[in-house]
Amino acid sequence: MKLMHTREAFGEVLVELGEESNNIVVLEADISTSTKTEYFAKRFPNRFFNTGIAEQNEMGIAAGLAVTGKIPFVSTYSVFASMRACEQVRTSIAYPRLNVKIAVSHGGLTAASDGATHQGIECLGIMRTIPNMTVIMPADAIAVKKAVRAAIVYEGPVYLQFTRDALPVIYNDDFDFTIGKANTLRKGNDITIIALGDMVSRALEAAEKLKTVGIEARVIDMHTIKPIDREIIIRAAEETKGIVTVEDQNIINGLGSAVAEVIVESKLVPMERVGIKDTFAESGRYEELLNKYGLSIPDIVNAAERVLERKTNTD
Amino acid sequence: MNADIPQLKRIACKLRISVIDMIREAGSGHPGGSLSIADIMAVLYFHAMRINPVNPDWPDRDRFILSKGHAAPILYAALAERGFFPAAALGTLRKKGSILQGHPDMTKTPGVDISTGCLGEGLSAGIGVAISAGIDGRDFNTFVIIGDGEVQEGQVWEAAMYAGSKKLSNLIAIVDDNGCMCDDHIDDILPMPAMGDKWQSFGWKVIEVDGHNIADLIRAIDQSKTFTGGPVLIQAKCIKGKGVSFMENQPNWHGQVMKEDEYQKAIAELKGA
Repeated sequence: MKLMHTREAFGEVLVELGEESNNIVVLEADISTSTKTEYFAKRFPNRFFNTGIAEQNEMGIAAGLAVTGKIPFVSTYSVFASMRACEQVRTSIAYPRLNVKIAVSHGGLTAASDGATHQGIECLGIMRTIPNMTVIMPADAIAVKKAVRAAIVYEGPVYLQFTRDALPVIYNDDFDFTIGKANTLRKGNDITIIALGDMVSRALEAAEKLKTVGIEARVIDMHTIKPIDREIIIRAAEETKGIVTVEDQNIINGLGSAVAEVIVESKLVPMERVGIKDTFAESGRYEELLNKYGLSIPDIVNAAERVLERKTNTD
Repeated sequence: MNADIPQLKRIACKLRISVIDMIREAGSGHPGGSLSIADIMAVLYFHAMRINPVNPDWPDRDRFILSKGHAAPILYAALAERGFFPAAALGTLRKKGSILQGHPDMTKTPGVDISTGCLGEGLSAGIGVAISAGIDGRDFNTFVIIGDGEVQEGQVWEAAMYAGSKKLSNLIAIVDDNGCMCDDHIDDILPMPAMGDKWQSFGWKVIEVDGHNIADLIRAIDQSKTFTGGPVLIQAKCIKGKGVSFMENQPNWHGQVMKEDEYQKAIAELKGA
């Protein structure tokens, strides 16, 4: 599959949006060459604010810009947005429900060689715990552009998480991105694999492997982890034998938890969560780390087989 | 605008009485830091700020951010006195369903421009508002009141550095320099030596003023409004608990609950002032 950088797509769509509306402003904390807000900075220097290495101040400035009618995009790495400046995000932005878009790079294990300090494996879980916050992680560069546009139309705080590494392109330009509406990328009635972000292409690969042993997996891109698409999860629980979730986030409070919350309150089916098993990772190549920390294709396949086995045992 | 100093003094006293009444009714709250800035609030809301209570969302109004959000009672007293909402609401402070939350909530209270309460955050929001004014070509000022203990928060210095370097002359910060925190006096917990010099070194014009002298406050604030060389920091020397003798300069009155006799004494002192 063709690879494209999600952060490049973010940088490009910001410039497009800047052309379309004077209200778009961008804040950056000294990593614009990495997050690709540098493109916006070059094109619209008067609407670009580099706060220096000061993410807490960056969030607060965004709040002030939002109350006066601007649509601020706050750019940094996911670990700094969700943890260094967590309380600012919560109190200055989410509590008054301000129209701030926190758009960050280096989510999940994709900050691979930088090591555990820069790997944002807790970020989606932290963000989804904050009231009023909408939390999105698009699966490829095409989806990034659509997600950013959807976030602008939506009035209120949104957290968008992108990846350091390029991701396989799985979408065509003509698909529909609706916040809170997951996309079914592969049909199947034996089992459902729900993934988000960089794990969606892995889920699709695992589905092809399962096909070789006669298992047809439905694959869902749950790009919005909050508000989560309850309907599509319940339908999967009713129409397939069980669910596997896949995320390169800590296994606690991420996608697996979010899906399990829906399952326990609706239709109980066997479920397995593929994710990082409550541990910090290490420096290494992205692929190597995914394989070492339990996110390999065989890990997903095995989880699917465990689900089917549990289903057989309970029937 | 010519200021009526005796009238502003009367207003400040009235606001102080409101604060004591509100906190007594609520059964909790922060009297010390509210009384500390009563004179500053009287000057801002009844002399210096360009505001219109009938149109609290007026885009050209001056903005006010109470970064030390626990002093909410004095903000609510000023807003009610200025006509942003009926004074009857003051009795609902901190109660379920009230428009007056324990700390300022911009979504619930007319006249509150920014939600605050967790210390250190207000100045950053003020910078965002001030930048926005610049982009839109609006000439309003943004006032931010910060506690002197609050200045210990790292984010305040991130903001101080940024605003100074960008020469945001439509931004005015007022530090309530009363020397007290919640646990103890600042000098006994974490001293902040040469605070004014620090702000100055980051590009702020620093004006030191007696925070309880109405005439001096008027001069300082009026000067800060027209200063074009960068942001202004008004270091207001205040007394925490000002106006109630047994609360003055006593850190424990940061958030202590009044007993009935203490309430009576406080009100008697303020009414006799």
